[in-house]
Amino acid sequence: MTLILAIESSCDETACAIVRDGKEILSNIVSSQINVHTRYGGVVPEVASRIHVENISTVITAALAAAGVTMDDIDAVAYTRGPGLIGSLHVGVQAAKTIAWAYNKPLVPVNHMTGHIYANRFVSELEFPLLALVISGGHTQLIWMPDDWTFEEIGTTGDDAIGEAYDKVARVLGLGYPGGPKIDKIAKEGGPHYTLPTPKTANPYDFSFSGLKTAVLQMIQREEKKGEEINIPDAAWCFQETALQSMVKKTVAAVQEYKPKMLVLAGGVAANSRLRVLMEEQMKAIPETKLVIPPLYCCTDNAAMIGAAGYVAYMHGERGGFDASADPGMLMPGEEY
Amino acid sequence: MKNFTAYTENVGETHALGEKIGRAVSENMVLLLSGDLGAGKTTLTQGIAKGLGVRRNVTSPTFTILKIYRGRMPLYHIDAYRLEGVSQDLGFEELMEDDGLTVIEWSQFVPEIIPDEYLSVSIHLLDEDRRRFDFEAKGGRYEELLEELA
Repeated sequence: MTLILAIESSCDETACAIVRDGKEILSNIVSSQINVHTRYGGVVPEVASRIHVENISTVITAALAAAGVTMDDIDAVAYTRGPGLIGSLHVGVQAAKTIAWAYNKPLVPVNHMTGHIYANRFVSELEFPLLALVISGGHTQLIWMPDDWTFEEIGTTGDDAIGEAYDKVARVLGLGYPGGPKIDKIAKEGGPHYTLPTPKTANPYDFSFSGLKTAVLQMIQREEKKGEEINIPDAAWCFQETALQSMVKKTVAAVQEYKPKMLVLAGGVAANSRLRVLMEEQMKAIPETKLVIPPLYCCTDNAAMIGAAGYVAYMHGERGGFDASADPGMLMPGEEY
Repeated sequence: MKNFTAYTENVGETHALGEKIGRAVSENMVLLLSGDLGAGKTTLTQGIAKGLGVRRNVTSPTFTILKIYRGRMPLYHIDAYRLEGVSQDLGFEELMEDDGLTVIEWSQFVPEIIPDEYLSVSIHLLDEDRRRFDFEAKGGRYEELLEELA
């Protein structure tokens, strides 16, 4: 049995979890900061790091207590090294290094995005080869994993991440932050009364959302010029359908070419209800690839997922030094500059 | 030259304009990009990166505020979009004293870090794909840079 204490502080959330063998959550404490950030229409780094500092000791103590273990029982300390906001990351990195040093435990640096992928270990044994669609505020990637802990990026966004496009479109539609859930919700009342261009990319598995964002803006301006007010549910519906249909189509095409045993969704945008429906519909036609959609608690940032990825990294011999620092632009393992 | 205006008709031309800037800039320079959401700030920066010899594709830095790329000199791509209404020390001044090129989007949200001398580029989306780029040079080095670009 291997117990990992995992720390995550790459963006909004200060979080600590205790995970057994990378698949059983003994405790998962998240100190959500989302209300503080709503005021600013986004995550504000200085606010984020100050609150992380205030929260970090509390979440670590609470995670150990809730799991009913002490530091003596812990085998390794895993932490999010990147990618993320530099000030926020630093807090978690320093806490992890301090604990590991004080209790003489190995340190395991983890890429936040691998955490999102391995969060699926809480719902299913992962089967390889595996294809992961990793979608969040900062990322939109198709990751091919021929085996456990081998990563190859076969597609990525050429401009904006999908979560960012949701946030920006929500802002121009006056829906507020975070944009993903707001658009998802209001789009349910909308219908196909506008048309937006489908994003185009040179590589079939790459994504692009910047042009779509601009097209929404131009659509609003055109309506204003005509003296008409934009219908917000319809605009949200149209943006969401265009963005998701394009993403799902590319993902399904990659499944058909690469023929993975398993397709997993990962990251905050995987919580989108419309995406879940579209994916399930499309993947029915490909029964040889198992679709895994993580439960909502695995999609948002949390430390348990860092514990899951951290366990696999630990088993693969990954260790960090005490001189390690946060890496805000951290690449996936195996990715090159 | 203190002012200069350029027009582009499509993404390719915006990339080409950026590339020209990327080839002409020297170490320690600061570029401020302004324009509405969707104006083309990140697209221009993609061209600048190419001109600097950066091999990785430049993507929006909105989420992490800062992205760093390696070219013939480092490119520090800062996006202050999410810093509206708060002031704080994020250590960006230190980057600008470094040997790279700093490109700042939404610099109006971080007035405290803008140096005395810089090149500003104000981008206007005219219709569909047509864009106007208004360049303004502050300081001798940047006036020379504009001469080279014009």
